[in-house]
Amino acid sequence: MGVGIEVRNLKAWYGNTEALHSVNMQMGANQVTALIGPSGCGKSTFVRCLNRMHETIPGTKVEGDVRIGSTDIYANGTPAVEVRRRVGMVFQKPNPFPTMSIYDNVAAGLKLNGFRNRHRLDEIVEKSLKQAALWDEVKDTLKKKSGASLSGGQQQRLCIARALAVEPEVLLMDEPASALDPISTGKIEELIDELKANYTIVIVTHNMQQAARVAGFTGFFLLGTLVEFDKTEKIFTNPSDKRTEDYITGRFG
Amino acid sequence: MVAPHNALRKPVSSGDQAESVMRVVAEKPIAVRRSFADRFADAGFRWLITLCALSVLAIVGFFVYELIVNSQPSLKEFGWHFFVGQDWDPVSGEFGALPFIYGTLVSSFLALLIAVPLSLGVAIYVTEMAPGWVRTPISFLMELLAAIPSVIYGLWAIFVLAPILRVYVGPALAKSLGWTGFFSGPVYGIGMLAAGVILSIMIVPIIASITRDVMAAIPQTQREAVLALGATRWEMVRIAVLRNARTGIIGAIILGLGRALGETMAVTMVIGNRPDITKSLFAPAYTMASVIANEFTEATGTLYASAIVEVGLALFLVTLIVNALAQMLVWMTTRGMPSRAHGQ
Ligand SMILES: Nc1ncnc2c1ncn2[C@@H]1O[C@H](COP(=O)(O)OP(=O)(O)OP(=O)(O)O)[C@@H](O)[C@H]1O
Ligand SMILES: [Mg+2]
Repeated sequence: MGVGIEVRNLKAWYGNTEALHSVNMQMGANQVTALIGPSGCGKSTFVRCLNRMHETIPGTKVEGDVRIGSTDIYANGTPAVEVRRRVGMVFQKPNPFPTMSIYDNVAAGLKLNGFRNRHRLDEIVEKSLKQAALWDEVKDTLKKKSGASLSGGQQQRLCIARALAVEPEVLLMDEPASALDPISTGKIEELIDELKANYTIVIVTHNMQQAARVAGFTGFFLLGTLVEFDKTEKIFTNPSDKRTEDYITGRFG
Repeated sequence: MVAPHNALRKPVSSGDQAESVMRVVAEKPIAVRRSFADRFADAGFRWLITLCALSVLAIVGFFVYELIVNSQPSLKEFGWHFFVGQDWDPVSGEFGALPFIYGTLVSSFLALLIAVPLSLGVAIYVTEMAPGWVRTPISFLMELLAAIPSVIYGLWAIFVLAPILRVYVGPALAKSLGWTGFFSGPVYGIGMLAAGVILSIMIVPIIASITRDVMAAIPQTQREAVLALGATRWEMVRIAVLRNARTGIIGAIILGLGRALGETMAVTMVIGNRPDITKSLFAPAYTMASVIANEFTEATGTLYASAIVEVGLALFLVTLIVNALAQMLVWMTTRGMPSRAHGQ
């Protein structure tokens, strides 16, 4: 089951540059939230703060609170490794492990957790690939073909399967379909619709139709601030902020 | 939920735009008329580089030919027994190269045993752990080490390494691992162990710097993919870095091994130069390269001289076989998988 996310006064830095300015946001459990905004406005930075990936870049800093479920992920005692295990992430460019078979790609996260039961592993790999709508295309070459031998769209679904296999509570997707053709994009959107039954999903997208299609809530970022956050319908039909309106009508950015 | 029309309005104009761009492209005359000289230069260049490539083949072929021709007397006299014979006695005209083959293989293997973990450690530290300001100095020092002439290494080994081995390391090894038989007998300081250690120091810079380059070329997205699954730093290094770099690492090891197999000066200075096959690494030994360097000038008689040339042939063959085995290893570990992460 998904859990809620609560972000309070979140600030993030690259060196001395503040890339996020006091972001506040609440996302309900099992909601799909879309983040939109012009390039460089801090969407990726924000998403990466939700699973503590931001701090893996040298010289960065984060301030503020992020609660995932009941865990304060930036509290002193919370290990980053634990957070990342509970908050899965899919990146903009598909990044399967090229030296691993399709099977091992999906099983990688489980093996990291010391999961060794072959039978259960087989089951979870199959289930994850089915969830990611990839099973039928790869079931015959699971252990023979490398993760890198798939097409771009298949690779991205493989990465989704890899993230799902560890059964996270939250799934972060940073422009998961930006490198894909319309058919693969459609598949991934369908997938998101199905996955929201079990996960809380945050998706960054440049495609406003996509946000409108998949997300219940939408947040609009501009220059490191969250300008507006509301029901998707409201954002796209009757935004309260002039800047949001300018952006979605294409007069801007 | 129906997509609101505002959001859909945006891309409408792009079709028109694309059309007009196409028109512009089509109207522009494409004047690609290559002159004769241009084409001639191209063909000439092709021939030139083909020739360069062929010259490598020619040189190798010439080497082998010369080695075989000049080792004829010894080849005829001893046949393949030359490679398994253990006696090297110029006075009685008895020549067997096994002690040298043994010495070369064991000293090089010893060098790899020490150098590979060390180099991987250095490379991982430099690419994955070191703060920015220590990376450059370490890399610079590593490259500097690779540029030191081997005779300097030899001198250092005689004056510094050998005494350390004799006084501290040797007795300690004899005490703790003497039961294995590899560390028994008197410790002179000079011997197989000293040769292995000095070789390892010489090949660490080679293996470490190539490994570092290979690791640095792995896309950051691979590391992030592993971290995002909840991996620790070490797990990240193992899965994203070592695994993706393994073909390159094996390549680096092969290059280091090649250097160790052929290294002459430093080894000759510390190995003790005695053609014996002894299990203890404290004992003196001899390598193929060393015997050629030491005895060629004083080789009297055609048989002796040709035996030395045949040792050269043996060295060539051993290097060839070791490289072939290493290639096979690469092939076996990466069967069906792309060799490493391509830029993603
Ligand atoms: N590794 C980095 N080092 C320094 N500055 C960075 C780094 N990554 C991003 N930034 C800066 O932080 C700001 C926010 O970047 P971010 O990647 O979050 O934008 P984004 O909204 O995801 O943009 P896009 O839509 O192009 O992906 C930008 O001004 C960018 O220049
Ligand atoms: Mg981004």
